[in-house]
Amino acid sequence: MAEKTKDILFKPVVENNPIALQILGICSALAVTSQLSVSLVMCLALTTVTAFSNFFVSLVRNFIPGNIRIIVQMTIIASLVIVVDQVLKAVAYDVSKQLSVFVGLIITNCIVMGRAEAYAMKNPPVASFLDGVGNGLGYSVILIVLAVIRELFGSGSLLGIEILPVVSTGGWYVPNGLLLLPPSAFFLIGGFIWILRTFKTDQVEAPDFELAPNTRAEVV
Amino acid sequence: MAEYLSLFIRSVFIENMALSFFLGMCTLLAISKKIEAAIGLGIAVVAVLTITVPVNNLLYTYLLSEGALSWTGIESMKTVDLSFLGLLSYIGVIAAIVQILEMVLDRFMPALYNTLGVFLPLITVNCAILGASLFMVERDYHLGESVVYGIGAGVGWALAIVALAGIREKLKYSDMPHGLRGLGGAFMIVGLMSLGFMSFGGMNL
Repeated sequence: MAEKTKDILFKPVVENNPIALQILGICSALAVTSQLSVSLVMCLALTTVTAFSNFFVSLVRNFIPGNIRIIVQMTIIASLVIVVDQVLKAVAYDVSKQLSVFVGLIITNCIVMGRAEAYAMKNPPVASFLDGVGNGLGYSVILIVLAVIRELFGSGSLLGIEILPVVSTGGWYVPNGLLLLPPSAFFLIGGFIWILRTFKTDQVEAPDFELAPNTRAEVV
Repeated sequence: MAEYLSLFIRSVFIENMALSFFLGMCTLLAISKKIEAAIGLGIAVVAVLTITVPVNNLLYTYLLSEGALSWTGIESMKTVDLSFLGLLSYIGVIAAIVQILEMVLDRFMPALYNTLGVFLPLITVNCAILGASLFMVERDYHLGESVVYGIGAGVGWALAIVALAGIREKLKYSDMPHGLRGLGGAFMIVGLMSLGFMSFGGMNL
C-alpha cells in the first residue's frame, strides 16, 4: 500500500508530468510565470483545487448519471475555485490582483477537468485526493522552474530579493528583457519539451513526410 | 462609433486573446494541424463569444453586481452583492449556450453543424471563452461594448489559430530536429507569432 501511495503521488511529478508530457494546463503556465511569488500562489491554488475536486468528484462518482457528469464536475470545480478566489482576495489581495482573471480560469484548466474525468471517476476518494496532489505538484514543478529562470535572468532577482546586481543599480548584470515578455515562456517550454524528448525518444512524434535522402541537410 | 471601432481593433490585434493573454492554448495547439479544422473552430469560437459575452454582461448587471437587484423594488434587495457567484454562473451560461447553439445548428444549418460538429462541445472548456467574460467584468464594459469586445476577441483568436495552422502545414515538409517535431516546434512558432503581435502594443487608439 505504501509503495502504491508513493506511486500515485510522485509519478505525475517526473514520469507523467501534466504539462510536459500530457500537455494540459498550459495557459496559466505561460501567463503567470514572470514572477516567482505569483507563480507560487498559483501553484498552491491549483494544487488545492485539483486535490479537492478529485476528492469530491470521487465521493459522488457512483451517483452521477453518465450524461450529466461534465456539468456536475464543472459545478464542483467552479465552487472550489470560488472558495480559493475569495480566500486569496482576503489573505493576499495584491497577488490576487496580479493574477487577475487567471484564478478564475483554473475552472477551465485542463488538468483539473482531465484528472476528474480520467482518475477520480474510477477510483476511491483517498487515492483520488493523492492523485490530485501529485498532478498539482507536477504542474508546480514546471511552473516554478519557468518562474525561477524568467525572474532570475529577466530582472536579476528572486521573490523580489536581488540575486544578480543589475547594471541600472550599479551592479554588473545586464538583465535579459526578453525573458520578462510573455513570448519567452513559449520558447522555454518548447526547449523543455525538446530536452525531454531527446532523453525520452518514445515521445517523439512520427513525421508526416519522410524526406528523400539527398534533400536532407548534411550532418557533419 | 469611433470608440467601438478602436475597441474592436484593440481586442483583435493589441489584446489578442491567444497571442497576448495565452488563453485557449490547449485547443490552439491541439487543433492547428489542418487549416480547414482551424477555420471551423475559429468560426465556432467567434459565434460562441459573440453570444456569451453580452449574455454574461446582462447577467452581471441585472443579477450579480452590488445593488443589481434593486430593479425588483424590494428594499432589502438593494444591498445584495452576489458577485462571488460570478464564476459559477458564467461557466453555467457558457455550457448552456454551447448546448443550445449545437441543437439550433443541428436543426437549422446541418451543413455548418457537420463542419463544426466535434469542435462545439470542446468550446465549453476553452479558456478564451471564460476569459473574455471575466475580462468584460473586470473592465466594466457596458452592453454595447461587450458585444463589440465579444466579436473582436473571437476574431482575434480565430486569426491566431488559422495563421498558426497555415504555418504548421508548411512546417511538416521541413527537416526539424526530432525532439522539436510536432508540439515543441508549435510552441516555438507560437512564441515567434506572439513576439510579432507585441509590435501592435505601441499603437495608441
